[in-house]
Amino acid sequence: MKTFKLGGVHPNDNKLSRDAKIEVFAVPQVAYVSMAQHLGAPAKPVVAQGDKVKVGDMIAVGEAFISANIHSPVSGTVDKIDEWIDASGYKTPAIIIKVEGDEWNESIDRSPDIIKDIRLTDPKDIIAKIKEMGVVGLGGAAFPTHVKFMIPEGKKADYLIINAVECEPYLTADHRVLLEHGEKLLIGTRILRIALGVDKAYIGIENNKPDAIAHLTELAAKDFKDIEIVPLKMKYPQGAEKQLIKAITGREVPSGKLPIDVGCVVNNSGSTYSVYEAVQKNKPLFERVVTVTGKTVKKPSNFLVRVGTPIKELIAAVDADLEHTGKIVSGGPMMGKALVNTDVPVVKGTSGVLLFHEMESCRPASHNCIRCGKCVEACPMGLEPFFLSAAIDKELWDRVEAHHIMDCLECGCCQFTCPSNRPLVDYLRTGKKVVGQMIRNRAKK
Amino acid sequence: MNQILIISVVALTSIGVVAAIILYVAAKKFHVEEDERIGKVVELLPGANCGGCGFAGCKSLAEAIVKAGNMEGLHCPAGGNETMAKIADVLGIAAEEATPQVAVVRCSGSIKNAPAKIEYDGITSCAFANSLSSGETGCRYGCLGLGDCVKGCSFGAISISEETGLPVVDYDKCGGCGGCARRCPRGIIEVRNRGPKDRRVFVSCINAEKGAVAKKNCAVACIGCGKCVKVCPFGAITLDKNHAYIDFTKCKMCLKCVAECPTGAIHAVNFPVKKTEEIS
Repeated sequence: MKTFKLGGVHPNDNKLSRDAKIEVFAVPQVAYVSMAQHLGAPAKPVVAQGDKVKVGDMIAVGEAFISANIHSPVSGTVDKIDEWIDASGYKTPAIIIKVEGDEWNESIDRSPDIIKDIRLTDPKDIIAKIKEMGVVGLGGAAFPTHVKFMIPEGKKADYLIINAVECEPYLTADHRVLLEHGEKLLIGTRILRIALGVDKAYIGIENNKPDAIAHLTELAAKDFKDIEIVPLKMKYPQGAEKQLIKAITGREVPSGKLPIDVGCVVNNSGSTYSVYEAVQKNKPLFERVVTVTGKTVKKPSNFLVRVGTPIKELIAAVDADLEHTGKIVSGGPMMGKALVNTDVPVVKGTSGVLLFHEMESCRPASHNCIRCGKCVEACPMGLEPFFLSAAIDKELWDRVEAHHIMDCLECGCCQFTCPSNRPLVDYLRTGKKVVGQMIRNRAKK
Repeated sequence: MNQILIISVVALTSIGVVAAIILYVAAKKFHVEEDERIGKVVELLPGANCGGCGFAGCKSLAEAIVKAGNMEGLHCPAGGNETMAKIADVLGIAAEEATPQVAVVRCSGSIKNAPAKIEYDGITSCAFANSLSSGETGCRYGCLGLGDCVKGCSFGAISISEETGLPVVDYDKCGGCGGCARRCPRGIIEVRNRGPKDRRVFVSCINAEKGAVAKKNCAVACIGCGKCVKVCPFGAITLDKNHAYIDFTKCKMCLKCVAECPTGAIHAVNFPVKKTEEIS
């Protein structure tokens, strides 16, 4: 079975919500729709205060090259165009909509039938549709999907890889989509394959999801000969773009380059499903599957949630033991972000809400580095976190840059494996920020 | 035995002599003529290499002063006018007076005034904590209290108070070089004029949040009510982004704003405590 070679760790996968079917979550009373829920420039609101909107109406347009449109997840009245907190507690521009009923835009096809014949055949039309429907990567970084498929001149794509790895422990949102919407996902994959102009697509799935592998392999053998299901040996961070490319194709993305430089385009499985809905059903991306799980949750669940729903409503629905919850994380335990407030709304990139028990969440005391080299062994990018963290502490930015800090994924393998419990990722993130700024300043000059 | 001793002593001595000759020749040949006054000026400067003068270190400033032959625009804030006068004496040029400055911390969100709502357990670095979240108090403009400013100070003039969790400036040691202000990721520390008799009035808050939100996070926040702007007879106070700012060049220290401020966000430093009238 395939996997990537360099580094990686094996955290316990803790997929508590593995068997919980996707439930449609109640529409919130008030939706807080952030304008900066994707990577790149924030979207610009095109509605005004007091406007009536229906589900699926475009409420903000992404004008910059890297940006995405945003559609109303609810029907009702625009209450305010203001600011609202994001996961880090800072404020970002947001449209706040008071919900009245649940009236959908008529152009959305709400029938449950699966449409197999692909409506659009020209790659340009497909990409335009994806852009119009505001589809972004649902893995966490929320990179606008249409930008990925606009291949720069002089470069050629050889492989389309669908990332259904879901290597983060606890999260099962993608897993449930594979099981419950397998066929739609395969149609979505075919649409993307046509958009990219390649002959074959690969779907990478880790072997901790044998049911999904079996289900999709069966479907692919029947009707989808152009799609290959690739089972992968479980290892974290296999879901990282560069690691997945290495595992499936054997190609290595050089430092500072993009996947397209080695002829690969990687797309998340959840967003591939959204591509199906966008192209075949004319449905914009305004709801997504969110896993709500953790050791203090009595009923770990997978919900189909409208974007803009406050996270506290999700927590209220799973019967959690809040008294013993130490930390609430948006995303997975390895790369997720601890929330400062549960008023934070669900955004397109929210893959899960994780409640840590207070015993799990406390950081053990950190000790001096003993130069054991475990972090070097674990780093999937071949970096030396022990050296980098020391250099960052001493602020030797030139050396930090020379040791390829910008390649760091912030995947957390180094910190996970460190026997001295050193906060390595904290240092690396600080370093990345400073060095990134240095590089940008240099480019300006 | 004796022979070995003699050989080694002679060999080492001759190597030493040869090396000395080479070094002597090299020193003569590659000698760089340096103005000896630079050395004298460097001795007078504080030697902390704080960078407050705008140069990389004390020696660079000394070179610049000697080269320019005057002190226009060249000033050591850490050493102050006293040091500059001494340097002027040595070089035989006119000393230029600069207004003495000092760093002030424009946040009063202490543990008591702005209680923590969440717990931060990452590394002790304001720069990192700032990039990660809005902070423990919920105020996204306030002091994080992790001491980046302490690391930025070359004179040991700033420290984090255990009682309040905020930086405290030791005004005797601070020369106003701005090392701390450059380090602060939120721009809370400002270098201001020391003021007459070392007295200063400043707004100890920089939050740009609307009044109600600011007050919710911190009891002593500036809520941008504008009362101080109205009461100021000198037009020294401006209101921008929901907080007031006192221009220290215009402020005449009348203290009317301090009395007017409803939240106590305006601080007056080094003023004598007013005598209360005795009840007769």
